[in-house]
Amino acid sequence: MPGWIHAFGWPDMKNNKALYVGCGLLLIIFCMAIFAPWLSPHDPYFQDLTYRTVPPVWYEQGTWLHPLGTDQLGRDYLSRLFYGARISLLIGASVAVISGLIGCTMGMLAGYFGGRIDMIVSFFVTTRLSMPVILVALATVALVGSSMWVVIMVLGLLKWDRFAVVMRSATQQVRAMEYVAAAQSAGASTLRILLTEVLPNVLPHLIVIATLEAASAILLEAALSFLGLGVQPPLPSWGLMISEAKSYMFFSFWLIAIPGTALAVLIFAINLAGDGLHQWLTPQERG
Amino acid sequence: MLAYLVKRLGLAVLVALTVSVIAYMLLYLSGDPALAIAGEGARQADIDLIRKTYGFDRPLIVQYGDWLLKLLRGDLGVSMYFKTDVAPLIFSKLSTTLLLAVYALTVALVISVPLGVLAAIYKNSWIDRLCLAVAVVGQSMPNFFFALILIMLFSISWRLLPVSGSGTWQHFVMPAITLGYYAAPAFMRLIRAGMIEVLSADYIRTARAKGLPTHTVIFKHALRNAIVPVVALAAVQLGFLLGGSIVIETIFALDGLGYLAYQSITFKDYPVTQIIVLLLSVIYILLTLASDVANAWLDPRIRVA
Repeated sequence: MPGWIHAFGWPDMKNNKALYVGCGLLLIIFCMAIFAPWLSPHDPYFQDLTYRTVPPVWYEQGTWLHPLGTDQLGRDYLSRLFYGARISLLIGASVAVISGLIGCTMGMLAGYFGGRIDMIVSFFVTTRLSMPVILVALATVALVGSSMWVVIMVLGLLKWDRFAVVMRSATQQVRAMEYVAAAQSAGASTLRILLTEVLPNVLPHLIVIATLEAASAILLEAALSFLGLGVQPPLPSWGLMISEAKSYMFFSFWLIAIPGTALAVLIFAINLAGDGLHQWLTPQERG
Repeated sequence: MLAYLVKRLGLAVLVALTVSVIAYMLLYLSGDPALAIAGEGARQADIDLIRKTYGFDRPLIVQYGDWLLKLLRGDLGVSMYFKTDVAPLIFSKLSTTLLLAVYALTVALVISVPLGVLAAIYKNSWIDRLCLAVAVVGQSMPNFFFALILIMLFSISWRLLPVSGSGTWQHFVMPAITLGYYAAPAFMRLIRAGMIEVLSADYIRTARAKGLPTHTVIFKHALRNAIVPVVALAAVQLGFLLGGSIVIETIFALDGLGYLAYQSITFKDYPVTQIIVLLLSVIYILLTLASDVANAWLDPRIRVA
């Protein structure tokens, strides 16, 4: 099912430039997030009301004191951008881990055992797919109370469908292999076969899906925060920064353009890295 | 065919029922719905009154059963915020959202069919790369950010289109472009891959060898075959567009189902939220059902599987 796996679906991209560019960009953003306290010129939460909506340095009124300017409360935008990378990356990674655990378990069980278990898992997947993610996530977050951890849990519990679908078909393929039959006849327990024979062989697919799901989770978090029902102020979530800048868009569009571009670059980097990983890890499917 | 139809229909009903349970149970995520409706600092007497009025004091299964039976009889309940029946409220907004979804789908196809075909014909050339770039940007940019850029350009800088609201066709232009561009990369990928596969087929070589003009070969012979899977994807994407319209409608204050959903969520208007979740799911279930049945009708091999 190539459609489920490729982010951009141009598999004949040569020399795996995708992997290098994607991972390079990701590394930069990772460094921004990890070294945020040292890189940031200011405290991202410090409000200086005498320096509100100062434009970035490339504008006439810009100053090197605030290279990317300040927001409507006089907080340094570059520092908030650095700290915001932490939130996006944390959400992407946590959601991918939670939904990956759920989806991978379901998909592997369905693919390995088939029959009734397969039917039940397929039913869960169909049901989950029929519900609009963003609407259910919004409603759930609003009811439970919005915070970063609630967003992570809700998205983690909602986004396992692609993991389950891909792991199911990958496991079905591996299950037909002779080494699985050999392990079975050697008397290995099912759990052992699943963990030591099946899992290592479906791992490439798992990693690729995890990158795509992380990207999609980051976009969903940004959308939830943009609608005011995700990460709450004063945390510098990029989606929330765009939302807070909405009323200033007429005069200070850069307040929206900066976090928006940051989000686009991050998603681009993850998807590119995912495509590159896919080509690198599963060369037989390159076609 | 009949056996397949019955089986597929049974599955659809079962899925719809499961979704209805989940949609109803959303209410209980807040812990105590009566407390959530009354708000913080409400008196115990008020909470008790709410609990009794809305029937939250009954066992859960009775509440759900009662809700479902009323639904099946066409009684969708009463909105707590708008103080009107849910049914007319929702159906008055549904047409706006359906219209938006269809416009968006049209935009998506108008972008993706020519670009997908071009990318396939000029595989690995700069044209292919350019099409890839269009797809990559569409997939990477948050759609609400794209919407704000459009507002900045078309409404604020050039004053061509209204910023927000609904009523005229101009109000649909930017929402449709935003949603359509968001959905386009998936189609482009499918059309490009399909065209590449079809163009290397024997009958295309025959058509070319016969001396048919290139455009006849590409449009009459190749595209016709490459477009078949696009129809199935269109049904699924239409469902996604209905769900995705919540963000877009909220940005543009387009008075459709998505905006209503957002309002109902922020106003804690549970009866409306529940029905919208259920309705959008049922529409998706029907769309996939229709596409599956159409596929089975076209391709007998599917019916046995």
